[in-house]
Amino acid sequence: MANIISDETIEYVGILAKLELSQEEKEAAKSDMERMLDYIDTLNELDTAGVEPMSHVFPVHNVFREDVVTNGDGSEETLKNAPLRKEQSFKVPKTIG
Amino acid sequence: MDMMGLTAVELGKKIRAGEVTVREAAEAALAQIDRVESQVHSYVTIDREGALKRADEVQKLIDEGKLEGPLAGVPVAIKDNMCTEGMLTTCSSKILGNFQPTFTAEAVKRLEDAGAVILGKTNMDEFAMGSTTETSYYGETKNPWNLGHVPGGSSGGSCAAVAAEECFYALGSDTGGSIRQPSAFCGVSRYGLIAYGSSLDQIGPIAKDVTDCAAILEVIAGHDEKDSTSIGRESYDFMGALVDDVKGMKIGIPKDYFGEGLDKEVKNAILKAVKILEDKGAVVEEFDLSLVEYAIPAYYVIASAEASSNLSRFDGVKYGYRTGEYEGLHNMYKKSRSEGFGAEVKRRIMLGSFVLSSGYYDAYYLKALRTKALIKQAFDNAFAKYDVIVAPAAPTTAPELGKSLSDPLKMYLSDIYTVSVNLAGLPGISIPVGTDSKGLPIGMQLIGDCYQECKILRAAYAFEQTKGYARPKLVSADEKGGR
Amino acid sequence: MAKQYETVIGLEVHVELATKTKIFCGCSTAFGGAPNTHTCPVCTGMPGSLPVLNKQVVEYAAAIGLATNCEITQVCKFDRKNYFYPDNPQNYQISQLYLPIARNGYVEIEVGSTKKKIRIHEMHMEEDAGKLVHDEWDDTSLVDFNRSGVPLVEIVSEPDMRSADEVMAYLEKLRLIIQYLGASDCKLQEGSMRADVNLSVREVGSDKFGTRTEMKNLNSFKAIARAIDGERQRQIDLLEAGRAVVQETRRWDDNKESSHAMRSKEDAQDYRYFPEPDLVPIVISDEWIAEIKARQPELRTEKLERYKKEFDIPQYDAEIITSSKHMADIFEAATAVCGKPKKVANWLMVETLRLLKERGQEPEDICFAPENLAKLIALTEAGTINSSVAKEVFEKIFDENIDPDKYVEEKGLKIENDEGALEQVLAKVIAENPQAVADYKGGKEKALGALVGQTMKAMKGKANPGLVNQKLREMLS
Repeated sequence: MANIISDETIEYVGILAKLELSQEEKEAAKSDMERMLDYIDTLNELDTAGVEPMSHVFPVHNVFREDVVTNGDGSEETLKNAPLRKEQSFKVPKTIG
Repeated sequence: MDMMGLTAVELGKKIRAGEVTVREAAEAALAQIDRVESQVHSYVTIDREGALKRADEVQKLIDEGKLEGPLAGVPVAIKDNMCTEGMLTTCSSKILGNFQPTFTAEAVKRLEDAGAVILGKTNMDEFAMGSTTETSYYGETKNPWNLGHVPGGSSGGSCAAVAAEECFYALGSDTGGSIRQPSAFCGVSRYGLIAYGSSLDQIGPIAKDVTDCAAILEVIAGHDEKDSTSIGRESYDFMGALVDDVKGMKIGIPKDYFGEGLDKEVKNAILKAVKILEDKGAVVEEFDLSLVEYAIPAYYVIASAEASSNLSRFDGVKYGYRTGEYEGLHNMYKKSRSEGFGAEVKRRIMLGSFVLSSGYYDAYYLKALRTKALIKQAFDNAFAKYDVIVAPAAPTTAPELGKSLSDPLKMYLSDIYTVSVNLAGLPGISIPVGTDSKGLPIGMQLIGDCYQECKILRAAYAFEQTKGYARPKLVSADEKGGR
Repeated sequence: MAKQYETVIGLEVHVELATKTKIFCGCSTAFGGAPNTHTCPVCTGMPGSLPVLNKQVVEYAAAIGLATNCEITQVCKFDRKNYFYPDNPQNYQISQLYLPIARNGYVEIEVGSTKKKIRIHEMHMEEDAGKLVHDEWDDTSLVDFNRSGVPLVEIVSEPDMRSADEVMAYLEKLRLIIQYLGASDCKLQEGSMRADVNLSVREVGSDKFGTRTEMKNLNSFKAIARAIDGERQRQIDLLEAGRAVVQETRRWDDNKESSHAMRSKEDAQDYRYFPEPDLVPIVISDEWIAEIKARQPELRTEKLERYKKEFDIPQYDAEIITSSKHMADIFEAATAVCGKPKKVANWLMVETLRLLKERGQEPEDICFAPENLAKLIALTEAGTINSSVAKEVFEKIFDENIDPDKYVEEKGLKIENDEGALEQVLAKVIAENPQAVADYKGGKEKALGALVGQTMKAMKGKANPGLVNQKLREMLS
């Protein structure tokens, strides 16, 4: 049990993830994360020095589209599921003015 | 006629021959849903009216000779993380409880173009995060073979719907082994699949037999210009692979997949199945694949990291759930997300955000990507020697309901034999090879090299010729049923 | 003696590329349009949508990299930058961190007579965000995703600039290079070119950098200059008071001419970059680079030299005309039609610049057809209209892009070459201005000018002033 997740870390990750956890959830999140990180730490047994990180498995590259307008007025579809809107725009709490 | 006992391809033939109408097929499926759905709960959304209306349209096209494919008129169920225009698509989450996509996922569109009749959307683990279908906001799905057990996950609803004969086939998605019943996958477009772990996500068929799988794959596979990562290939002929001949086929048995942690009954059933292939002329050899124990930790780092980013779009601004009361922007974000996501989803978002955060990226995310490179290398080495690798699909048969979520780590381990396949970008198929003493099915996984779907389809098909199709008691008094 | 401070400045310049469509979808990039009309599932972050890269974005970005002496990263990739904000529909921006398309370049600037290289650290491709409009009525904000997904390049300089003048020269240089490439119109007012300023101060002679701040929301050259002066002074005041500069992002308010920190607990500025899994790597081969190089149009310096040689235009005029790609295009097109480069240059240098200044516009805003200027020159050269009428007609061309041939015809502005008619008017003017006539005859040469003016007025400007002058002298002698 090497990993210790502090209250500050949970608070900080909550800010990054935009999740608000109750005190109980925070405690659970701490122990969950500690256990998972301990488990993930087994990867340290592996010598990966000199191994190139692999984000894409398939050797595919240069997939492009041509610069041609294919879409028309999409406002109706875009706004169809809006929880709150004003005319043609999404409405959100005030951001920095 | 026991219509629901037919496979998709068999039904398609009868429809084209005029022996069954599309409406009759849809009505039969809906009737079966009426009979068993209250016990199984495979579906999140059932589109009764839409299905019947569509059935008549498809019938007309068939009659006019405009639809001739093997799946024309066959009713299908779609996992609820694939977008269907105008039909609720919830990912089994509260946060998308009212979401009506404005477009249809590419794979689903291809099925529709081939004459599929969509019955509804199937239940799943919330955002595909889980291995039991118990993390759904809309309640758990039960295993048709034993209602006290989970169906597996995350495509549990799709698999249960096929097993309980509430549809003729289904589409599932697989991020770490989520297609737990007969499944195969390859270069299918992800466009319209609501992402969990983008680099690992894949769509695939869930069907009653290998022939159906191949037929469905032929329809949904193909390069899609809307998905930059979908792969163009020379041939999409999968039906041609269905030959009962494995003579000389080299099959590798990774010893490390058959060691500690594997249930004895599962092990025996799979080794017995391997023996059958050997008897048919395959050359079987044991080997060390290595790195098995590192696949899950690497997988959880990558999948959680990608998920934390993919799911940040659910914020109460553009679609989905927004909390009722809030003070300011960030409070609105936090409350909407915290109320809209379930515990397992939040757990993975937290983990994913942490491993990507400043100071940890190299130690966790890059380390996992390096591990992934090693795992891919290990498979490359194996496929230099073998045509097909045989492994268990899971270490045990389906666990009882309510036993998994309390210990997430243990639940994650149920994916131990499947996640490597996603990490390495390989095609895999899981086929039933028998049942355990509790009557629960045991799945054997066949893994092929990149683009070698035909080899695993052929091995699976050859094996299937030696076994009848088993049906759960729920749908048939005759357990060993057969057609 | 008071301490002497040196300002150290680096810039992050965002440039919107002149593609027809967005970076990852087939939506139009046209400016304006009702909110959310230029949107689709991809640029609004709909679940299940996936990005596909616009090839032209890579071509423009590589062309800018090459023109600014950068090394092109031949295997480059996109990364995700994660942060929550309502104008960012996916709550992540697809950008480049680990393998940006270009690195290690420079541009040369000239301030006064001193030449200096400003190094470019790197340049990357990314998508623009949507627009937020504050709704005064109910104190909320409204989100419009029309700009979401418009392609940008961000050009990050090294901290090589030491004054606002150097910053202006650097921005001007970048603007010219990019405009000449046709990769962007670089209009600061419309936001197609924007700059964030990283600034620190240190004592003269020190070789260590001070703590820097990043200033955002600078949308004109003037605002940038003011912000640099304001932030320099703020940092010096802090240091003089024995306090430390805090590394932070500050927002410049050009109306108040002051900045404030954008710090908030909720903006952790921890962007959790990781490789974009939905896009594949971009491989830019030597052949592709050679193609892009071969397509490179004539840049400003080459054009300036050519104008001097080919058209015999003075250095100063050539500099002004080539200071805007748009103006240079008009110059060349008009010259091609009328064959009078010096006349065209003159109209641009004098009347066009005057009207731009009067109207508060930039050279990019010129919207008349070069042919109309060419026609106007032909009319004056042929003596069909006089110069004062020509100025009047030009103003019409400038504002309304009228056809001068038609306009002159319709308004009857042609010079009256009927000597009889002129003589009649002259006789009348002489009769009505006895004092001026007496003055002229008494030796006051100036008085003739007044008579010429009266005559021109009476002729509604349609007379040839030279001829009027000559006739008057004859009649009064």
